[in-house]
Amino acid sequence: MNILLLMLPGALLLAMLALVGFVWALKSGQFEDPAGDAARILQDEERPG
Amino acid sequence: MTALVGLPHPGPSGGSVSSGLGGQHALSGDQRLQTLELLVGGAKCASCLGRIESAVLRLPGMETARLNLTTGKLHVAWRGALAARAVVEAVIGLGYSAAPYDVDKRETDAAREERGLVIAMVVAGLATVGVMFLSEPVWFGGDMDASSIALLRWLAALIAVPASLFSGQSFFASALASIRARRMNMDVPISLAVILALLLSLYATATGGAHAYFDAAVMLLFFLLIGRLLDARLRRRAFAAANALAAMQASSATRLSPGGVTEVVRAADIRPGDILLVSAGERIAVDAEVLSGASEADLRLVTGEVDPVATFPGQILHSGALNLAAPLRIRALAAADHSLMADVARLLEAGEQKKSGYRRLADKVAAIYVPLVHTTAFVGFVGWIVLGASLTQAAFIAVTVLIITCPCALGLAAPLVQVVAAQKLFERDIFLSSGDALERLATVDHVVLDKTGTLTLGEPALSPGDWSNEDLQDAAQLARCSRHPLSRAIVAAARSGPVAQGVREHPGLGMEGLVDGRKARLGRSGFVAPGPDRPGLWFSFEGGEPRVFIFDDIIRPDAAQAVARLKALGLEIELLSGDSVGRVEAGAAAAGIDVWTASATPQSKAARLAELESAGRKVLMVGDGLNDAGALAGAHASMAPGGAVDISRLAADCIYATGNLNAVVDTIVISRKARDRMRENFALASAYNLLAIPLALMGWATPVVAAIAMSLSSVAVTLNALRMPR
Repeated sequence: MNILLLMLPGALLLAMLALVGFVWALKSGQFEDPAGDAARILQDEERPG
Repeated sequence: MTALVGLPHPGPSGGSVSSGLGGQHALSGDQRLQTLELLVGGAKCASCLGRIESAVLRLPGMETARLNLTTGKLHVAWRGALAARAVVEAVIGLGYSAAPYDVDKRETDAAREERGLVIAMVVAGLATVGVMFLSEPVWFGGDMDASSIALLRWLAALIAVPASLFSGQSFFASALASIRARRMNMDVPISLAVILALLLSLYATATGGAHAYFDAAVMLLFFLLIGRLLDARLRRRAFAAANALAAMQASSATRLSPGGVTEVVRAADIRPGDILLVSAGERIAVDAEVLSGASEADLRLVTGEVDPVATFPGQILHSGALNLAAPLRIRALAAADHSLMADVARLLEAGEQKKSGYRRLADKVAAIYVPLVHTTAFVGFVGWIVLGASLTQAAFIAVTVLIITCPCALGLAAPLVQVVAAQKLFERDIFLSSGDALERLATVDHVVLDKTGTLTLGEPALSPGDWSNEDLQDAAQLARCSRHPLSRAIVAAARSGPVAQGVREHPGLGMEGLVDGRKARLGRSGFVAPGPDRPGLWFSFEGGEPRVFIFDDIIRPDAAQAVARLKALGLEIELLSGDSVGRVEAGAAAAGIDVWTASATPQSKAARLAELESAGRKVLMVGDGLNDAGALAGAHASMAPGGAVDISRLAADCIYATGNLNAVVDTIVISRKARDRMRENFALASAYNLLAIPLALMGWATPVVAAIAMSLSSVAVTLNALRMPR
């Protein structure tokens, strides 16, 4: 059972990381324009050089 | 944003919009960074995105141009002397529509609320996963020793308590407000269940009790927050759609400063007392008094009258009136947002108050549900004590009843259906102002239609009369030189042909010129031939016999079909118009409407609605004019076409961008379906509670049972909501 003392804080830490990552993505506007982001990956670079 | 394609554009090719910015942003030589939000209509694909952004970036000094394809908004930032109108023109030049966009405070508030709910939902979701992992070994782990169980429970508490307190904030706040206002809402039992579940579980953890409900508390919040989030998204999309419609019709005005200099300002920046110049073809943005200029005004949006009215100094024109013939100099009497007749303002206010008294279906359910559940829990508590249970045991049972009956599925039942129905309506370019609008639309049994612009196209069309095709062709030679709506109707009937020579326009009267070498006049009767002023558009060669052209507002092609469909739904229909008796009678006959009223004023429209309501009717008002605003606000439910005046769009529960009357029928059909789904959902959720309460009262509602029951009822409600037709 001692392994739990290592596993559980580890799991909690990972979950917290996921949460922080999501909040960061939300605040940095990554969910603002799903349609535009989907379209942009199809565009050629305007100025390659 | 497909809804915006093909909307009536303000002024000729958006000119009034782009010029509206010239005065605000063209600070020549300024190197400050200037930004502008534009609403772009018609951009839907990857290539549109590239074309618009690269065209705008090619403008001098442009630093950023980023089009949000989801919302249709283009954000631009530039330095230097570039005028904002150049940006608008660049986008319009590519074949898209563009209008400056001011973000409404309600919209930013709704966006902030939505973001808060997303974070709360994600926190609750992650906490649910974490607590479930920790609960599972306790439920199914078999012979686990007490210290291990305690460890797992303490860890679950570590996750569940802060997560619930964070995610549940909006529920706790709303429950407190509701208790203070002494009106029960669903948030009261929700908050109580969450807090009691946490306290009970902490107690059980500390004392080594049988059950801990940490998982129930967070899962409950997770499911409920999904419902909340859907509701908030619906509201935000409704605001955005309404704002987009308003932006596309944004008006500007030319202000004459005391020094004699003209400047272009937005309608919102006009102050009472400002002197404004209104050119022919421009719509008046605020209520104003005419100072000088002989012209004609088109009052269709204001009073519903089809025939143009001559203007004179001292006359009061209300916002929404269209100046037809010659430039006018007017003095603003009110700011744009106060600009409407005082009577209409009062009617609007009365209507708003009435609507705020409407109780949602969910609130009605809560009013029955909350006392029932709390009484049951109390009876259970007393019952178990009578049967000899300890105080702790009895309290435990009572709290389990509150937890397991927590209206998780009830909280999801209405928003899910509303979102699915609103989506169906969005696909048809119909925008709801709120979720409860849908509930009110479902219950209507009487439809009152406005005529001009709602039942009809709102454009004059030539009607048959005492004239030959030759007369028409002669008159059309003069008419081709004018932008007056009646002239355009003549041209539309005569099609293409030659143009008269030496045409001179007499503002407010008509025009004269040489038709096939002979002098001829087209205009008001008194201008064409001496005598009293008579209605219609008159045409005569010099010394010849005058001919009169009569115009009518033609009925929408789908009106008769829509009226028949409404009748088939069992609704009674009547026509209520400010126009003259003859026209209203003809319109009603053409559309197949038996009951009609003509020459109605804003007050008499509102009075007729009140009369119907006191007779027990639930009235849907459909109208677009300033004279309809009071009736729209006061009706049980209301709809306005996208081309309606601002005030009517704001007063309406629902806006249909197409103007197509079948949209009204579709809205009623969809809202009725939605009401049926909602009732089924409430029945499903209640049935689950009827099963769960006896289990909890018997003390059999273990955390596993609570978790399974909660998930199953939520899934059942969700699946039922998705069962909308087409």
